[in-house]
Amino acid sequence: MKNRLKVLRAERDWTQAQLAAELQVSRQTVNAIEKGKFDPSLPLAFKAARLFEMSIEDIFQDETV
Amino acid sequence: MNNMKTDSNDWAANTARNTLRLGYWTAAWLLTMALAKFGPEFIWQMNTSSTVLAILFNLAIGFGMILANKRHLKGLDELHQKIQLEAMALSLGIGLVVGLAYSNLDVTDVIPFDAEISHLVILMALTYLAGVVGGLRKYR
Repeated sequence: MKNRLKVLRAERDWTQAQLAAELQVSRQTVNAIEKGKFDPSLPLAFKAARLFEMSIEDIFQDETV
Repeated sequence: MNNMKTDSNDWAANTARNTLRLGYWTAAWLLTMALAKFGPEFIWQMNTSSTVLAILFNLAIGFGMILANKRHLKGLDELHQKIQLEAMALSLGIGLVVGLAYSNLDVTDVIPFDAEISHLVILMALTYLAGVVGGLRKYR
């Protein structure tokens, strides 16, 4: 699954640690999601969507489509 | 945003607290294990009642450690829960398969020594450790 987390974070000038704190996960988890090594659960994806005030589809895209 | 900040601080503090609590329970379990193992010979001169009490105490602390571990796992974020799950699956699988094969080697007298349970515990602990380290590297 592709995602725009890194871009959205950079636009807001946030560090991975800051984003991790907002999402209540570890910095390593944010890094793994940004690199596409780990796909977040639906609740975590919703949390990210709420934080960035966007829809989930605007942040996460299915690569198979 | 401020509310989220407070929540995130709470989450990080809670995770740290759970980890510390698990550490205390594990240390207590190890100490009571040592007491139950060495107490009969070195402290209470093989008094059976004291030995049973020490073993029951060790069991009670062990259950406390299990609950602390459960709470610790539930408090981790989803990536770290996944890493723990994979490490535990590896440890359980290898422990079962290699442990039983090792036991067979003993009962069929292929190996000249007894297959001790402590060997299995060491194998499972090392496998679990390798699984956690491997998982942390995999998702780095």
